[in-house]
Amino acid sequence: MSSRLSTGGKLIDRSLSKEFMFNGRRLKGFEGDTLASALLANDQVMVGRSFKYHRPRGIVASGSEEPNALMETGSGSKLEPNQRATTTKLFDGMRVKSQNHWPTLEFDLGAINSTFSKFFPAGFYYKTFIHPRFAWKYLFEPIIRKAAGLGNAPKEKDCDTYEYFYAHVDLLIIGGGIAGLAAASSAVKSGLKVLIVEQNDYWGGRAIVDEINIENGSGSDWIYQQVKSLSNEKNVNLRLNMMAAGVYDHGYVLLHETLTDGSNKKMELRQRLWRVRAKQTIVATGAIERPLAFAGNDLPGVMLASAVRDYLVNFGVSCGDRTVIVTNNDDAYRTAILMKNAGLEVPCIIDARPSVSESLSKQVQSLGIKILTGKAVSTVTGSKRVEGVAICSHAGSGEVLETVACDCVAMSGGWSPVVHLWSHCGGKLEWDKKNYMFKPDLTSAPLGANGEGMLTVAGTANGFLISRDVLSDGYTKSKEIIKALTGKVPKISMEKAHSGDESEILPVWFMPQGATRKLKSKTWLDFQNDVKVSDVELAAQEGFESVEHTKRYTTLGMATDQGKLSNINGLAVLSNSLNVSIPDVGTTTFRPPFQPISLGAIAGEARHELFKPIRKTSIHNWINANGGVWEPVADWRRPFCFQRNGESIKEAVEREIVNTRTNCGILDASTLGKILVKGPDAARFLDMIYTNVMSNLKVGKCRYGLMCSENGFLSDDGVVARLSDDSYLCHTTSGGSDRIHAHMEEWLQTEWWDWKVYTLNLTEQFSQIAIVGPKARQLIEKMGVDGLDLSPEGLPFMGFSEGFIAGISVRIFRISFSGELSYEIAVPALKAQEFWDLALISGEEFEVMPYGTEALHVMRAEKGFIMIGDETDGTVIPQDLGLDWAISKKKEDFIGKRAQMRSFMKSENRWKLVGLKTIDPSVVLPDGCYAVDGESNSYGHKNMIGRVTSSYFSPTLERSIALALVENGPDRMNEILNFPNLDGSVTKAAICDPVFFDKEGKNQNV
Amino acid sequence: MLVILCPYCGVEAEETELTAGGEAHLERFGPSSSDSEFENYLFMRKNEKGITFERWHHTYGCGKWFHAARCSMTMEIFGTYPAQTSKPPKKLISMIKKKRPEWGEGK
Repeated sequence: MSSRLSTGGKLIDRSLSKEFMFNGRRLKGFEGDTLASALLANDQVMVGRSFKYHRPRGIVASGSEEPNALMETGSGSKLEPNQRATTTKLFDGMRVKSQNHWPTLEFDLGAINSTFSKFFPAGFYYKTFIHPRFAWKYLFEPIIRKAAGLGNAPKEKDCDTYEYFYAHVDLLIIGGGIAGLAAASSAVKSGLKVLIVEQNDYWGGRAIVDEINIENGSGSDWIYQQVKSLSNEKNVNLRLNMMAAGVYDHGYVLLHETLTDGSNKKMELRQRLWRVRAKQTIVATGAIERPLAFAGNDLPGVMLASAVRDYLVNFGVSCGDRTVIVTNNDDAYRTAILMKNAGLEVPCIIDARPSVSESLSKQVQSLGIKILTGKAVSTVTGSKRVEGVAICSHAGSGEVLETVACDCVAMSGGWSPVVHLWSHCGGKLEWDKKNYMFKPDLTSAPLGANGEGMLTVAGTANGFLISRDVLSDGYTKSKEIIKALTGKVPKISMEKAHSGDESEILPVWFMPQGATRKLKSKTWLDFQNDVKVSDVELAAQEGFESVEHTKRYTTLGMATDQGKLSNINGLAVLSNSLNVSIPDVGTTTFRPPFQPISLGAIAGEARHELFKPIRKTSIHNWINANGGVWEPVADWRRPFCFQRNGESIKEAVEREIVNTRTNCGILDASTLGKILVKGPDAARFLDMIYTNVMSNLKVGKCRYGLMCSENGFLSDDGVVARLSDDSYLCHTTSGGSDRIHAHMEEWLQTEWWDWKVYTLNLTEQFSQIAIVGPKARQLIEKMGVDGLDLSPEGLPFMGFSEGFIAGISVRIFRISFSGELSYEIAVPALKAQEFWDLALISGEEFEVMPYGTEALHVMRAEKGFIMIGDETDGTVIPQDLGLDWAISKKKEDFIGKRAQMRSFMKSENRWKLVGLKTIDPSVVLPDGCYAVDGESNSYGHKNMIGRVTSSYFSPTLERSIALALVENGPDRMNEILNFPNLDGSVTKAAICDPVFFDKEGKNQNV
Repeated sequence: MLVILCPYCGVEAEETELTAGGEAHLERFGPSSSDSEFENYLFMRKNEKGITFERWHHTYGCGKWFHAARCSMTMEIFGTYPAQTSKPPKKLISMIKKKRPEWGEGK
């Protein structure tokens, strides 16, 4: 069994015990434990089920590469699925559940899949569920999705707090092992601004466990000294619990820092996402031990040899009373020696190599450990955990020579440098023929903005596996980087680690080397996704030659550990099957993030009201307090209508329209874009920007103008006022102000840069209040005007004046979007609420009422005025909307003119603007519905001949009205069109003039 | 995530501050142009693998358009210059040629 030893454990504090619940069982751990070490201390060897076959799964690793021990922690707003037990800190009162089983971890009905595993080979889903086609969506997928899948997504909002942090440094060092610390110490002395980060909550990496010797002292002491002296320096920032997630162009690195465990209180920061720009980065991320592939290697109790060692040294946890070691290299012998010295049984070391060095074999044999060279594991026995191993010759096919009872198997297939970060941004890899691993090809480093290398790699991550070389590489690399950054060669006292040589590794990708198909189909490569040696061989047989295709076909390396353990063995098996060398097969692409990071950290502060801040007009608060029903309009909020007590929204809209047309309405039109265009060439410039002529507009007058893109399509519209000879005020749509301002600037800066024009976006400087209706003039006069003549002659339609109303400085435009007598009054934004209040007081006797955007829309549709975004969708030219009158024929050029000359823009059967009246006047056509002509095209689709662009019930006309784009529409007046509805019924409507109300304009010309 | 020096305000701007504006130094063709000239101007882009001259807008900064010479393979930025020109500065061209002798102008 696995248990806590009475002594030992460098990282735990036995005086502080922690209680936690696992699947409803109350268990105990210590301060400093990870969830994994605490589970192992309680003999909880089985911790989950695999993805496909629901096989029992145990903890394999001790770090972030763990594929099996994924847990659901917390509950409610603190529920976190798929947390790696090996990197999750234990806290008092923690609640943990295992995942992917039903009904329980011990007894999982899904495990029946395992019995039938030979019917579930690679590509099983693709092959089986392809027919009948409809069944995938409705039958197969829902069932498979339920059976597969990992943790449950939280249902409540995450209550924790996250933030972003931006940092700029000279040198970023990723990895706080001996190479990283050596590099930091040297760089700090050169005065560079250094950030060094470590994903664990302690410094030193493997050197803590593997008792190395530096300058005749222990590695641990050396690490302690380094960190201590670094802590005293001002120009270095040391951060633990910080994982480098990704490396991107130009020295951009994303780091994920965990600040508190899951027990944190509200408002305490949980995680922080660092967005770092580093001039140079040193990646010293070490290596990950590889599993060995042998039959039954997925049973709980089969672990990485380094992990067994870690649990023993760091946490005082024994992973088994009798541990068999299986290896192809010297490193695993460390585990054997440590276990034996801790008083535990190590019946034998199974070493696939034909021989081991004399000194090592003497050392081990003197402890009473048997070495079986040239041997391999034929199979592991046991059903839910390891009970023993059957041993065979590595050279053979798996014939069992002897069986050894044990409760833990510690395996080592060698080490793979963690090259992920090197590879994220273009660093290439080379195959190390001596150590049988991929390592960074230093001749092709990721390049920075200046075309020079921006990142290097040091220590074990660079392919050095012996502490002596690791430390010296840390110094060497920092020397190179310091020289690149400062231009000076630094003087560095290189301290030395002392370690003997190790014998060569034997490449073993599965064992025994002649394993039968039966054994291979029980030999796991990817523990989480259930990919076996036989699956990869099958994929190769079926023609999946590319490693990227094999990955997707078999799902090898596609689990949440992203192949950290499985990929190299899988590649080797593939290369073996294809009979090409491993470097020729190559690796799959390494993509960020290195480890999953939480959505909370990615969102940071951008949640709730900060997710997308709202633009507010000066009248916003008043509207909010007076029944305004909000709708989003671009980044603004505008009131759809002002709802009164007991009134439906429809009733409110109709009341507002009727009142505006009979008495007087008031509208907050402040969201309209207002762009000042000024300079000697302003008129010439606007002649290019607008389709109509603006240069001949008289000072004091307004003109409705259209803007097109260079592709000819209608982009925005609005009223232009000529303020003086050299200045114009251009009104844009509410959503268009920023876009149109940018459009003007782009043409000014990049095409007509010698024209003397300035543009200025004044949208937020001025509020605009529209007073609309037959009594509008009386209302304004009642407010008290100064310097203004509001008479029809003094301020005619499409004119504007400047003066004072109620003592407030205004610019008053006589323009109308409703067809009524209408004034739009621009006031300084800070005076807008005062003006609004005064207008309402003076307006009381004229029965003034505020109205919202829906009333505005209905009234403009009654008048047949188009709305950008309703009647236009980026494929509509002004000519389609009957706006030919606003397109100058005299001008040589304007933006969009050439495009509109193309033959298809002049086609006879373009969809053009018409009005529609439903045969039943009470039926309102759905917005966006299509007209059909009864014919079908070659695909059997109904021929569409038109589309509704705006559709309302008009209280003025007491009937439904709609605007539509219909093929050759204006020539089909009074034709009745069919509009099929979603329920299969058809609405009939007759084509009519798009102006439904007051075509002569007598209401506005008063 | 590129960092590009804005030649107007001198800020080493992050990509998030900028808007990419596509190929630089396009010649505008207006109403007197042929269909194919206009098509070329409006739609056809070189999309070069290697050194490319492109437009950038310092949207969340000084608001100016500028040009950058960049390698679309390595993301190396050779230099930036104001947008008020119809061709890249000679100095920049000779600097690029020095760094990339195999690169030919007009290619």
